[in-house]
Amino acid sequence: MALPPARPAPRVLSRETLDAIAAACARYPRAQSALLPALHAAQAQLGYLPEPALADVGDALGLPVTEVTAVATFYTMLFTEPVGRHIVRVCTNLTCHLCGAGPVLDRLRRGLGIRPGQTTADGRVTLEIAECLAACDEAPVLLVDTDRLARVTPEAADDLVRRLGADG
Amino acid sequence: MGDLILTKHLGPDRASIDAYLATGGYRAAAHALRELTPDRVVEMVEQGGLRGRGGAGFPTGRKWKLTPKREGETRYLVVNADEAEPGTFKDRTLIEGDPHAILEGSFITAYANGVHHAYIYLRGEFFLGYERLSRALGEAYARGYFGRNILGTGFDLELTIHRGAGAYICGEETALLESLEGKRAFPRQKPPYYPAVRGLYDRPTVLNNAETMAHIPHIIAMGPEAYKAAGPPILYSVSGHVVRPGVKELPIGTPLRAIVFEHAGGLRPGRTLKAVYPGGSSSAILLPEHIDTPADFDSLQKIGTMLGSSAIIVMDDTTCVPALVARAVEFYRDESCGKCTPCREGTVWLSQIFERILAGRGRMEDLDLLDDVARNMTGTCFCLLGESVPPTLRASLKYFRDEYVHHIKSGACDLAPAATPAGAAGGGRA
Repeated sequence: MALPPARPAPRVLSRETLDAIAAACARYPRAQSALLPALHAAQAQLGYLPEPALADVGDALGLPVTEVTAVATFYTMLFTEPVGRHIVRVCTNLTCHLCGAGPVLDRLRRGLGIRPGQTTADGRVTLEIAECLAACDEAPVLLVDTDRLARVTPEAADDLVRRLGADG
Repeated sequence: MGDLILTKHLGPDRASIDAYLATGGYRAAAHALRELTPDRVVEMVEQGGLRGRGGAGFPTGRKWKLTPKREGETRYLVVNADEAEPGTFKDRTLIEGDPHAILEGSFITAYANGVHHAYIYLRGEFFLGYERLSRALGEAYARGYFGRNILGTGFDLELTIHRGAGAYICGEETALLESLEGKRAFPRQKPPYYPAVRGLYDRPTVLNNAETMAHIPHIIAMGPEAYKAAGPPILYSVSGHVVRPGVKELPIGTPLRAIVFEHAGGLRPGRTLKAVYPGGSSSAILLPEHIDTPADFDSLQKIGTMLGSSAIIVMDDTTCVPALVARAVEFYRDESCGKCTPCREGTVWLSQIFERILAGRGRMEDLDLLDDVARNMTGTCFCLLGESVPPTLRASLKYFRDEYVHHIKSGACDLAPAATPAGAAGGGRA
């Protein structure tokens, strides 16, 4: 009987991340279904998904790195380039647009000195436009990392800029 | 108005299984499992008159009957909790505020359909929802409501929460299945890939919306007749220029006027109604003259729009319609998966025309061009994402042509941008 192919040593993913990927794999009849959970886990460890991480994920799931890359670049929450330590996602979709997201976004742009899609020079904050966050009863809304802020006023946006500037 | 059914117990602590059990939680599931045959459960759901709450409104019981039940063949349940239709927030409200209701509905649905492997596809941006739904599922597993030999009946059910990663297209059911299989979320060709017959891993798959799941325990607990007599109830997401935005649980067919002016508290002071989306950004907008229409599938269809996800977005007289429609177009342009040409190219062309008009560089022939592109996208897109663009665009050209003409001729907008957050005090009338 042939020996199974030797699995290459992981390049950047930690033991914990690889364990999380293995646990995800066990929930699906096909390993490829664990690709999004695996990419989430890898990004949680590294902040983004550099090429060696994509290669590690491919090795863990038995997928070519091209397939992993194709998926990683399709979804907006997965980053293949470095991003800030904090991610601010501003909804500007219909209800938020009607309820004042424009002035909020303007304050954030001015306060952070960047456009949506960019990261501050000190690597602290990435600013993004979000599509409808399904919290229109709280419009305008934004996400600061995993926290949702409701009924954001331009003044609250200024406060947020100050808070993010003071926070490592 | 009768007692609330779906939203009666919403709260921040409902991920606790003890809180859920204290209000009768999992009793319907236990009853179904111990005393009802799977066929009887399907029949009850059909008799209750429940229509899918994802947007298409297909009768849920009938959908389940379309899923072939061949001996020895694996079937799956996939719950679509990828709520992202602009204006819609009922699923998120349930996921955060009563997560066990979705789990219990999934449990009963799995039992009724002979399913032993279920997945909830949860929108990636729902961080709080993931935290609460995961906790709820963990506690439900610990008490034996999921896993092997549930309640000693020999029924096995594994349920997994699958987090998305940011793609509106995943709300489209076949794109969602591709994503769940670990691929780019490109929609599949229908036929042959109807999820009921060739769904997840090419197997028969019951695919239902998250709110739909939350209805199921109530149909079993109340009985289909009482459930039906209560409306049946649905959740309207009401937002925009109203005093009390929020999820409103009401009998289906409640007139738009009552929803906007009674349940959502009406408009801000001194404002008048300009337009309403009755079913999310994919539905054609309506005028104040339509406000007495019952908000149900058939009545809205009759006036050229749809109930869709029952997301009612209210716009008062401060709204610039071309700017609003431009934002909707931009959304579809960004979220187009790029698989088919009419959607990929059409949304880019429309965006460019809108950019020109809003920058004061519009031409009168742009109005015909907008309509022409919209007509050429109608019925030609691969999936409903592209088909969602023309309805409001064409309705806005019909109802608010003067506003477009004014933009083009004067090169300017007379309306100050809205700057008041939702929920500001008020009480204006239509």
